[in-house]
Amino acid sequence: MKIVVHHFAVLRERVGADAETYETDSVASPGLSDPAALWRAVEARHGLGIDPASFAVAVNDGVSGWDHPLSDGDEVVFLPPVSGGGR
Amino acid sequence: MTDSVHFALSGQAIDPSVLQVAVRDPHCGGFASFEGWVRDHQDGRRVAFLEYEAYPALCAKEGTRILREAVERFGIRRASAVHRTGRLEIGEVAVWIGVSSAHRREALRACEWIIDEIKASLPVWKKETFADGAHEWVRCERCAQGHAHHEHARDGAHHHAP
Repeated sequence: MKIVVHHFAVLRERVGADAETYETDSVASPGLSDPAALWRAVEARHGLGIDPASFAVAVNDGVSGWDHPLSDGDEVVFLPPVSGGGR
Repeated sequence: MTDSVHFALSGQAIDPSVLQVAVRDPHCGGFASFEGWVRDHQDGRRVAFLEYEAYPALCAKEGTRILREAVERFGIRRASAVHRTGRLEIGEVAVWIGVSSAHRREALRACEWIIDEIKASLPVWKKETFADGAHEWVRCERCAQGHAHHEHARDGAHHHAP
């Protein structure tokens, strides 16, 4: 199973790339079963030390839940707290 | 008739006079707009410039949803919003919203509702750079704390790798 993660803003800077790939051998691997598990894989790879409690997540360009089951080929974005339109 | 709502991101300067043409409508007697400008200070610090970064595909969906919902909620005729991306200097227009309706009251109310929704849910991120050279992603200060930890951890990994 292969998931592409796209990064924006603070995450893009911290990771040092605007996209990266996560793969597991087994389709049923618990490692990438949902965005919560995928986030743990991102943390494990980069050691970000970020608490994602205030983050949202999008799967295939739609806002999703952290427990949404992921499928092979899905594209995921972790969304830091937004800050458009001034403050 | 053209679509009643229009949302866009723009990497170029926003020209309100051009955008206003798109919400003109002979049925409408009221027009309200809001412009968010880049301010030269924040929390007592002097701001040098801003950068906005957007998630384009989700912005298109969310922006259009917000404007369509405003049409439904307030019974307005047309609504348009444009948000800047990239580097903005002090005084530049960061966001422009324009609403037209038969009467003024719903246009004014819809305009305020739209900017509140944009600030709450449009996937756009603002990075402030201050006059002293410091910079931070707004509303992600805790991520910045993690940044210091990360740099340390990465350096350590380089030094101690077998």
